[in-house]
Amino acid sequence: MRGIAVSRSIDVSAHRQAVEFADGVYWIGALDPTLRSFDIILTTANGTTYNSYLVKGSDGVAVIDTVKENFSDEFFARLESEARYEDIKVIVLNHLEPDHSGALPELMRRAPQAQLYISQRATSMLKALLHGDENLPYTTVTTGDSVSLGDRTLQFLHTPFLHWPDTQCTYLEEEGILFSGDVFGCHYCDKRLFNDLVGDFRFSFDYYYAHIMRPFKKHVMDALKLIEPLKLSQIAPTHGPILRERPRRYVTHYRELSTSSLSQGIGSDEQSMIIFYMSSYGNTARMAEAIAEGAGDVDGVRVSLYDLEGGETDPFVDLIEEADALLFGSPTINGDAVKPVWDLLSSLAVVNLKGKLGAAFGSYGWSGEAVRMIEDRMRGLKMHIPRSGMRVKLIPTAEELEACHAFGLEIAEVLVGKSGSGGVIDFADLA
Amino acid sequence: MAKAKITFEDIEQTVNVPAGTRVIEVSEKIGAGIIYGCREGDCGTCMMHVTEGWNNLTEPSVLEEKVLKENMAGRHDRLACQAQILGDCTVKPT
Repeated sequence: MRGIAVSRSIDVSAHRQAVEFADGVYWIGALDPTLRSFDIILTTANGTTYNSYLVKGSDGVAVIDTVKENFSDEFFARLESEARYEDIKVIVLNHLEPDHSGALPELMRRAPQAQLYISQRATSMLKALLHGDENLPYTTVTTGDSVSLGDRTLQFLHTPFLHWPDTQCTYLEEEGILFSGDVFGCHYCDKRLFNDLVGDFRFSFDYYYAHIMRPFKKHVMDALKLIEPLKLSQIAPTHGPILRERPRRYVTHYRELSTSSLSQGIGSDEQSMIIFYMSSYGNTARMAEAIAEGAGDVDGVRVSLYDLEGGETDPFVDLIEEADALLFGSPTINGDAVKPVWDLLSSLAVVNLKGKLGAAFGSYGWSGEAVRMIEDRMRGLKMHIPRSGMRVKLIPTAEELEACHAFGLEIAEVLVGKSGSGGVIDFADLA
Repeated sequence: MAKAKITFEDIEQTVNVPAGTRVIEVSEKIGAGIIYGCREGDCGTCMMHVTEGWNNLTEPSVLEEKVLKENMAGRHDRLACQAQILGDCTVKPT
């Protein structure tokens, strides 16, 4: 039976057949319209789709990505409407997360002659996902590798960390179709399937980027260098609409989303230091001010002071992403840093803080654990803590405020490279 | 106790450590740029490049060799969560 050709009145929920969207290229995915939360971290008001694709060549058929396991029936039905298992020569998994690899073991059981192509980084995940099927044969591929289907060629692009270490893209050269995995995807379920027919999914596209790709902006930029030179007639991601109308604008949009999200208020020759603090009796606040003054004495450092009591998490996260150094001040209450500090420090999974400078400070009554706990959290976020934090018992004296001033100055000097974190330190002196 | 120096090239920081210390124990404390995943030699996330003193780290175990191979490690790449420091060496994130 032939696949369904695309028309304006398309409704892929009304049947279980393959949908041809380029010559010999079919969507064989599944709809999940009732899903309301994905991977814990995203809400999905419109559900999602698990897109899988089938490419026919003169010398065999390729299946690119599969679906979440409990959607296997729909996937296999669509596949069977267009191809026979014995004709499947190639299976490509661009990303091994279970929503794309769920039907893989069964597919390989039904098409044992097919060769599986994955990225090198995917191999350990493959084993961990397919316990009991550990002897599945596979070939690892990277940029420059390709596999022939006779009259058509699938090229592989090594695009790691979008959004797992294993991710890659596959490009059907002759048709200019990029099977992009989760890149350019979104959680938006619409039975009309194509970007020019579905509802307004711009919010879903940006929301998906913000939660899935944003921590990996640098890797997005690297991937775009491989993707931008390609001739692109369509982009076929693993979630959401197939981008067949003006696909390149989504590539451009990814580049926009991966560049600075704040307007350029800070000069490129300046380093931005943000000092966040909470204070119950004004002592930690006075420390914050002294540290800010000290840091401000160093040329090339723009210091900003924010009282967490008067802010909201989301704009602070944007600010933190752009900052070069982050200082957190918290009093110690009942042996812990205060909740607004933890709230902010636990909201940073969507940005990359690796290598930013960090420091902590705070006033305390009798034990002062908050500073060390904040430092540990910053280390966990892969930040660099060049100096041990500044702690003051209750009300800071003039000398202690002077020490805070010097502390701010020192951190700022590390930031501009005047005082390297360098030298030799002893392991025993590390906190 | 025997001492050794490990230098983290990315942050230009050298630390005096007791011989036998694992790289992970030092790098996390001083905030070097090596990143960690499982911390038990399985995921390959903490692969680092040893620029000097390759022979001054403990030999990789069979398991580490396997993970290095799976992650396309270069000649002087090691897992920071596994390698123990025996003498002076310099490392950086891959």
